[in-house]
Formats: sequence, structure tokens, C-alpha cells
Amino acid sequence: MTDQTPLNGQAVPVPQPAHFAFDEESRAEIDRTLAKYPPGKQASAVLPVLYIAQRQMGRVTGSPWLPLVAMDAVADVLSMPKIRVYEVATFYTMFNLRPIGRYHLQICTTTPCWLRGSDAVVAACRRATGIKGWHETSADGLFTMSEVECLGACVNAPIVQVNDDFYEDLDHDSTLALIEALRRGEAPPPGSRAGRQNSAPTGGPATLTTLENLGPDVPADHPPAFGTARYPNPATLDVK
Amino acid sequence: MVKLTVDGLEVDVPAGSNVLQACEAAGREIPRFCYHERLSVAGNCRMCLVEVKPGPPKPMASCALPVAENMQVFTDSEMVRAGRRGVMEFLLINHPLDCPICDQGGECDLQDQSMGYGADHTRYREPKRAVRDKYLGPLVKTVMTRCIQCTRCVRFATEIAGTPELGATARGEAMEITNYVERALTSELSGNLIDICPVGALTSRPYAFAARPWELRKTDSIDVFDALGSAIRVDVRGTEVLRVLPRVHEAVNEEWLADKARFAIDGLKHRRLDRPWLRVGGKLRPAGWTEAFSAISARVRAVPGNRVAAIVGDQCDAEAMLALRDLMRSLGGSIDCRQDGAFLSPARRDHYLFNSGIAGIEQADAILLVGANPRHAAPVLNARLRKAWLAGGLTIAGIGQPVDLTYAVNWLGTGLDTLAALHAGEHPFRETLAGAKRPAIIIGPAALRDPAAAALAWQLLLAVDGVRPDWHGYNVLHGAASRVGALDLGLVPTGAPLARALHGAADLLYLLAADEFDTKAISPDTFVVYQGHHGDKGAAVADVVLPGAAYTEKSGTYVNLEGRVQRGQAAVEPPGEARPDWAILRALSDALGHGLPYGSLDAVRQALEAANPVFGLLDAGPALGAMGPEGPAMPDDSVGRAPLAELYANYYQTDPISRASPTMAECARVAAPYPVAAE
Repeated sequence: MTDQTPLNGQAVPVPQPAHFAFDEESRAEIDRTLAKYPPGKQASAVLPVLYIAQRQMGRVTGSPWLPLVAMDAVADVLSMPKIRVYEVATFYTMFNLRPIGRYHLQICTTTPCWLRGSDAVVAACRRATGIKGWHETSADGLFTMSEVECLGACVNAPIVQVNDDFYEDLDHDSTLALIEALRRGEAPPPGSRAGRQNSAPTGGPATLTTLENLGPDVPADHPPAFGTARYPNPATLDVK
Repeated sequence: MVKLTVDGLEVDVPAGSNVLQACEAAGREIPRFCYHERLSVAGNCRMCLVEVKPGPPKPMASCALPVAENMQVFTDSEMVRAGRRGVMEFLLINHPLDCPICDQGGECDLQDQSMGYGADHTRYREPKRAVRDKYLGPLVKTVMTRCIQCTRCVRFATEIAGTPELGATARGEAMEITNYVERALTSELSGNLIDICPVGALTSRPYAFAARPWELRKTDSIDVFDALGSAIRVDVRGTEVLRVLPRVHEAVNEEWLADKARFAIDGLKHRRLDRPWLRVGGKLRPAGWTEAFSAISARVRAVPGNRVAAIVGDQCDAEAMLALRDLMRSLGGSIDCRQDGAFLSPARRDHYLFNSGIAGIEQADAILLVGANPRHAAPVLNARLRKAWLAGGLTIAGIGQPVDLTYAVNWLGTGLDTLAALHAGEHPFRETLAGAKRPAIIIGPAALRDPAAAALAWQLLLAVDGVRPDWHGYNVLHGAASRVGALDLGLVPTGAPLARALHGAADLLYLLAADEFDTKAISPDTFVVYQGHHGDKGAAVADVVLPGAAYTEKSGTYVNLEGRVQRGQAAVEPPGEARPDWAILRALSDALGHGLPYGSLDAVRQALEAANPVFGLLDAGPALGAMGPEGPAMPDDSVGRAPLAELYANYYQTDPISRASPTMAECARVAAPYPVAAE
């Protein structure tokens, strides 16, 4: 605990660790990141370096968050005023400014997910973790629930982002199963719970079904030439 | 120049101006909150909307719109008025409207402009946003709910003060102006945040709930807490000095003021000498004027004239110094103004002036700081150096203890041997100085304690062509407001500085508000007379104490470090039996039988002008260029290798007034150890 308690509108001061230093792995990653920016413009790397710091916190303490000392370390690495780092870190919701659980359940409740049953997903998360409100951490310190806006995977709604991975096509039961697996320390494969490939239609492809095999024996006219029967020129089509 | 019309009036403005400036040139007042002519343009308050043709059919923010040829600007059309009314309505949505309990009330931009553009009622029925107050130290009080997020304070701290500690965290509804960590600001210019804040979010903590602006009597004066001679306004209610604000003086302080000048004034209410005191049996006891004068008079008769000496303090007015000089001359005694033991000679004026001028130093393209810490000695001057450095093309190097001066300084060494090496051409920075069009040296008190430093610096500058008819790069950075005036009056004895030779040098020592030297060096059998306003170090060793007036209580003439003669007016009466200092000396001279030949303030000022004609040239800026190449005399001794001392380790407590100030004591307590410059 240091005597510095960031307020930022938080009613309860956050206990802060007294020390933070980048470890070997982070330093290597910072070097790789800084190499992408012109000399003297390293402050532009503040977002990736903040994220490196947050990931190191997750790796070392099991809670990926950004204490003040970590933001100060980022400012030092990038030779920029500390307040400029605080400004960036507080602007983006992906930076956690208070300790969170090992698994950050970021549940999308924006319209498409909500239409597809995100309420059931939220209920399942609450039931499985015992968390009542948003931005709270479960008693065992494993889970933190956050309500997030559109994660950009509406086709596979509803979605929960757990740390860096998307879990899609969830319902009440599959969410319960996901959380139980996480609790057991397993690493469930990310992606659809409905068994589809990426964002392909559930139940298999509904189009292009004849292209079953794109291997060595592709049809001779593949890719179909423009203007052929399989790929007609729209301008010449007789549309009535 | 670009030609455009503002409300039908044709104006010519320089290319690159913005529309707001063009409107001002046309005499049209544009309401604004975030725009400030000395800060970068943010364009986020949207209050300065105008209508522009040709252009999109919508109001435009005039501060962020560059002028164009044949532009037609309308500052008072229906579209403009509706736009500004809309902006004002949005600004007031989350503003608490607590003007009756707000210290900004009566001098608030938001209050004033809502008179023009505010509605008489609100349409907003939802809960207002509230923001937690921030701790920014003992000087700046925050009521953050009043903040309209113009970011002037953020830009001031980052751009002018050079201490980027304020920022806007979070976003949208949650956005807040904060330093994020609950720590005092480290700037010596933080009081200016209060002035530039257009609302009551940042107000003066010491002045909180003290007065309303319309209750105050305003007196123009000159600041004495550093040698810059900033233009100030002393605000008084009754007999109490409640606050000090800067006045605009473009050539001196622009519109800024250092924190000590602004906030040390509560020291004027503490530890004051309001009656004469006499030491009887080793203890000071209250006495009358006649009694005190006869005690001095008895002693003066008992000692030979050449065993009488006087030291003048750092905040004395020229009138008092002249009276003391004339009194000492009639007694045959010596007088010295160099409490800090600096080797300064009054022989030629440009040997002790800041010759480039306060505004002129911005023209320099290479500056060498020798034993000078402008951030502490004159924070407003330091802001100028930063401004010049930010503008580009200025290289700054330093000799002395490395400190963070808010701009990049190449620290060449800690001792004067580095200056000697530069002089001998053995240091690479000499090439930079020689290649500069307008090289300058700023030599400070820490270096001037060495008898050879001034001569060495001058010769170095001469060798790199920094002393010529059109440019004078030799600048002495004084710490004391009285110093240049004292040197103009020739208050220097022959030989070593008096403060160094105190021990046994005098049988009667007259201290005119002199507290900044080692009083322990005064031998115990010396009879000490202290004339001043505070019971500080000097009064503690005095046999007779005469109560003088502080700078707010007397009309005085001060000469700032660039040689500008300025006059401050008395804002209040001195407390109790205290009197203006020249009047005390005039009365004492009668008691001693050496009556001074002036009986009124006007007569003293005529005598001042007779003593040195510069005192007749009020507010005259520094002369351009050098009178000649002859520099300060070079003594035989070689320069010391010892590191130069940091003179102003504690910025906040440097004189009797600031040492008596509870506010300054609190500032010194919370101040972080002075930051060392990064490698």
C-alpha cells in the first residue's frame, strides 16, 4: 500500500501495491513494440505498453489490472508525464484500474445479444459465480463480471469475452458449463458453443454446398470464369 | 495580412490569426471559456461561435478557425445568438449554480456570460452530475462540480508552467480534471491556475470565503518577493491585505505571478514589529520612539564614524535606501546591499543588470546558466525561458547543481572550473555559444559569491561576441528585489562584501530589514539597530528595533533586475507605530543631528533622481546593446572548483514575510524534495 490513492471518482480507494517493475518477458515485448515507432515518438506506444503491463499483472498476480505504480512504470519507459498515462488508462475501459478476478467475464448485452438471450447468460453467470452486481469479483477471486457493449460478433450472439477469448452462441446451460470448466482450471476452446465453424450457419452451409471439395480435384472451371453459366455477368442477365 | 469583414467592418489581421482574434481587432467581444491567448487552442467550450461566409450553414468556433481572405464574419446574428444560448444551456446543465457561496462570484466568466446568453430558467429536470473535489496542495482549492472542462488549467500546467501534472481522466459523463494522485502541485506558478480558471472550480485556498471582489479596495503595486518586479494589484478590505493578483505587464510578467508573491501575504499579519523595542539587560522591551532614538544617538556619539556600518535588506524601497545612504555618509560609515556576499560592483550599470531584458531574453539562441536557478529565483522569468525553449532554436546549458527547470538543460558541470574551461576554450559547449547569433549568460547569486565568476563570464561572452552594440547577453539574475536599486545608489563599500566582514568590522551596525545573512557573525559587543517590519533574524540580535513598513504599506520605488524603475503604491497603513522607512530615517537623522535634506516623499524622489538619473525614468525598459566591452574587474585569485551551492533550496521561505506566512510554511512542508534533473 502506498500513500497514493487514485480517486478518479471512486468512492473507495483502491489498495495499491508499492512496487512494479517490468519482468523479462514484458521488457522483450516492449522492445518489440517500441521498434514499431519512430525515435522520439515512443509515447505513441502507450496503449500497447499499458496492455503489456496489465498482462504482466495478470501473469504474476493472477489479476490483470493496472495499479498506479504500473502506470508510472509505463510513463518512465515511454518518457512521458505520468498524468498523460493516467488519462489514457482511464479513458479505455479495457484497462482495469482495480484488481479483478483471474477470469474477466465481459458479457455483451447490446441489442443483438440481448435479443438472442443474453439475459439468460447473465443469469447463468450470476448463478455460477455468486456475483450480484457489475464490476464485482466473486468471493473466490476467480471471476469478475462486466457488462460490455457490442463486441462485434453479433452473428454468434450471445457472447461472453473471457480475458482475450470469445465464447459464442451461449445459452444458460452452456454458460454454466463454461464457468465450471474455467473454475476447474481448464482452458475451454474459444468459439461457438453451438458447434458451428466460425460464423458459418448453424447446421452446416446453406450455400456453396456443391463445392464440397476444394482439393486437387477442383472442377475444371473453378474459379468460374466471369460470364459463364456458374458466374453470369449480371449485366447480361435477363431479369424480369 | 489577411483582409476580412467582421459585422461589415473591414479588418486586416496577420495571416495565421484566428477568427476570434480578427473579431477582437474589429472591436467585437467574443464570449469564450477555453480560449486563452497565451495557451494553445482547445476549441472545446464552443462558446465563441460565430457565423462565417463563405462556409457551412452552421455556427463555427471562432477560436479554432483560421482567417481567410474576404471572409465575412457575423458575431451577432440570430444563428450565433441561438448557438451560444444552446452552448450556455448545456454548460449550465451540470453546473451547480452555487454562485452565492462561490468565491468566483462577481469575477466569474460563466456568471458574466450567462447574463448575455443564459436562459432565465432551466429545462433540465434530471439529476446533475457531481464530481469529487481534488487535493492540489495548500494554494489551490477545488470545487470540481463547478468545472466546465475547458482544460485551461491542463494547458497552463503543461505549456506555461512546464509541470504536466493536471489532466482529464476518464471520458464522457465521467470525465474529470484531476492530477489523479492526491499530491500538491509542484509548480511555483500554480496560483495562476486560479486566475485562468473561468469558473469557480479552482479558487484560492487561503482566500477562501474571505471577501467578495466588490468589497475590495484595489491598489497597484510592485512585487518584492523576487527581483523581477512583477506588476501586482493589492486587494485590501479595511486594514487587511486579502490577496495579491498580477497586473498585465507584457515586458515583465505578462499576466503571471509567482506563488510566493501571491500567497506569502498572510505573513504580513504575523510577527509584525508595530512599536520600537529596546534591549535592556539582554532582553527586548517595548519602548517609545524618543527613547529608541536617544539610545541610538548615545551610541553613535560613542563610536567613530568609520566604525558604523549598515546593511540593507532584500525588499527595501529605493527611498529608504537613499535615506540610509545619506545618513551613513553624514556619519562617515559604510553601507552594503549584498547580504548574500555576492561580488557585484556598481561601477557600470550593465555589470549588474539583466541586460538582455526580461522580454529580450526570448531572442537568445544559446543560454548558459551559471549558478542560476531561475525557477526559484524568478519563476515567471523561468516561464519565459521555457516559452523561448518551446518555440525552438534555443539551446540551454547550465553550470551548477542540476535541477529540473521545466526545459532541457545540458548540465556541463557543478563548479566554476567548468566556466574557466569554457573560457579557455577547452569545453565543447563553447562552440555552441560561438555559433549562436545571440548568445547569453545568466549568472546567479551562487556563482557571484566567487570574485572571479562575473569577470570570467563576461570575458567568455565577449569572446563569443555576446556583448555588442545590438545585443547584450550578460545577465545577472538577482534574487533580491532591492538589489539593482541599491546598486544604482552605489550601496557597496570598498573592499569585501560587508556581510562577510562583520566580525569586528563595526561597532554600530544598522540593519535596514536585513535578515538574509549569518547574524551569528556579528560580534557580541556590536550595537545593532534593526529597522524592519518583521521580528525575524535581524530583530532577534538587535539592541534597538525600529518598526518599519512592509511593501504593501508604503509607496516605494523598486528597480527590477533589468533596470526598470517601477513604483508601488501604499495599499494599507503600517500597523501600530510603524512608519514608512524613509520617514523613520529622516526622523532619526534629526535626532542624530545630521538632518536629511528632504521632508516629503516627493523631495526624497527628487533626491533619488539627483543621486542617479535612472530613477527619473519610470518604467523604462533596458537599453538595447552594450555600452562597451569592458567587463567586471578580474581579481587575481583563480576560481574555485567546489560545486556551486543551491541557493534557493526552499523556494517558499526566503524572506521575513514568507517565513512568517502560515501558507508558505504549509507549502514548504508538503513540497516534495526538489526534483533532480533526469540524466
